[in-house]
Amino acid sequence: MTTAAEAQPLPRRRVSPLSRAWAFVRRHTLTVFGVLALVYLMLPILVVVVFSFNDPAGRFNYTWEAFTTEHWRNPFGPPFLGDAVMTSIKVAVVATIVSVILGTLVALALVRYHFRGRGTTNLLIFVPLTAPEIVLGASLLTLFLNFGTALGFWTIVLAHIMFCISFVVVTVRARLVGFDRHVEEAAMDLGANEYVTFFRITLPLIAPGILAGALLAFSLSIDDFVITSFNSGTTETFPLYVWSQAQRGVPPEVNVIGTLIFGVAIVLMLANVLFQYRRTPKGAE
Amino acid sequence: MTFLHRHRWLTPYLLLAPGIAFLVVFFVVPLYYLGYTSLQEGTIQVGYTFNWAWDNYSEAFSTYQEQFFRSLLYAGIATLVALLISYPLTYWIAFRGGRWKNLLLLFIIAPFFVTYLIRTLAWQNILSDDGLVVNALQFLGFVADDGRVLATSTAVIAGITYNFLPFMALPLYVSLEQIDKSLIEAAKDLYASSTKAFLRVTLPLSAPGVIAGTLLTFIPAAGDFINAELLGTPNQAMIGNVIQSKFLEITDYGQAAALSVVLMAVILLLIVVYTRLVGTERLAG
Repeated sequence: MTTAAEAQPLPRRRVSPLSRAWAFVRRHTLTVFGVLALVYLMLPILVVVVFSFNDPAGRFNYTWEAFTTEHWRNPFGPPFLGDAVMTSIKVAVVATIVSVILGTLVALALVRYHFRGRGTTNLLIFVPLTAPEIVLGASLLTLFLNFGTALGFWTIVLAHIMFCISFVVVTVRARLVGFDRHVEEAAMDLGANEYVTFFRITLPLIAPGILAGALLAFSLSIDDFVITSFNSGTTETFPLYVWSQAQRGVPPEVNVIGTLIFGVAIVLMLANVLFQYRRTPKGAE
Repeated sequence: MTFLHRHRWLTPYLLLAPGIAFLVVFFVVPLYYLGYTSLQEGTIQVGYTFNWAWDNYSEAFSTYQEQFFRSLLYAGIATLVALLISYPLTYWIAFRGGRWKNLLLLFIIAPFFVTYLIRTLAWQNILSDDGLVVNALQFLGFVADDGRVLATSTAVIAGITYNFLPFMALPLYVSLEQIDKSLIEAAKDLYASSTKAFLRVTLPLSAPGVIAGTLLTFIPAAGDFINAELLGTPNQAMIGNVIQSKFLEITDYGQAAALSVVLMAVILLLIVVYTRLVGTERLAG
């Protein structure tokens, strides 16, 4: 093979046609695989969206029957669904606000200061991220059981703040690491005190990081089922509602709300990406 | 203000205090109560008392070792399949993505924006008895004409794989994306074949991503109960299902807590063994 290739006058490349063909095939194999994998990832999402327009014959929304926009016109039709969604939103709002404040302060301390107990702090932030959710939920339940705390809205909120904090810390910290402190020093040199510097300089600059942390916390909270199911008592969030309906057949309105949550999340995600692009000075990347 | 000026070393601790206090009270202390509850005996009627009830552990383990073993097996297979899908996919995005990288990455995270339960229910729909997948598999002869996919181990493992795949893909992508492409070119300049360059350069450099991804997928997968509940039958019950029903339905708190402690311990043990086998220093990278 090689000798034949080298015998040709002035070979332009030292690659045999066979291996070039093989490379071509392989390159496209990877692309084909990649596209198929993306299709696989999108398939259930597509099913959720498509079946939100279905008019199921029985209770189970499995087979395509007929197109209807009825569920979209009245997404909170089924009893308890609207209440469950409202509860989820309330929990998520409170959990997001608290976890973003607590998490941002921790991230500031970790990035800006050297102090004793740093390793322990990092560990304490890291472990909740990796522990199985069922253990987090179960252990929190044993706390409430042993103290005789009544389960309900506020125990859900506490649980959600707990698992959101670590995610906020990690997200905000990632943005803080590249922060140029000279800007703050300049402000102080120009006579701004620490509070003015923080609110006029620091906060606006780390705002995208905080926003990303808040989005993450909100979507984790809205989505959580496992930890919530352990600490909810009789309060019902949207995922708990879906769970309670799963055995009897989930109404198509659930698909509508699932699609809406998906749509809002994607739009916010794109907005955040665009926001970052605009903030990044040209040539910085 | 003046007090803070005089005691600057206090600032990081003041920033940390609220967040860390919250995590101690609602994450660390509950783990203590989980252990405490696991040694309690009693029923919901007469109450629960702490009396070093170690037989909670022995009974729980002897009764539910099948579910334990199954959890580890399902989680292991799902992790492996997720790796086999994610590696080529993220390699494709990292090396061939060009300016579409961020958009393609969004496809990987997109499933997270659909509520966990809803995307699992979408798989229930996709794999249902009259669904497209089952019909195709029956046509190809992989599944008997009266056979089904839903309510089998395959369905549960498929669901777990899908639901936790982003946990595998994201760290993999990060480590592949960080690889200095000139290293691979250098290997090829030194007459390494593409295969050899991949095996000797790309693969070892992506090891931190493989390790992180494997752990981040395996841990939640081993504690999962949603897929077994929605896509399987009691014959596919995992340890999460046992813990969930014992806590929330049977109120056998002692054994439920004991099972949670054992689950946590087994996972920690596996992490230690795994990181020892593959080398911890790579985790830091």
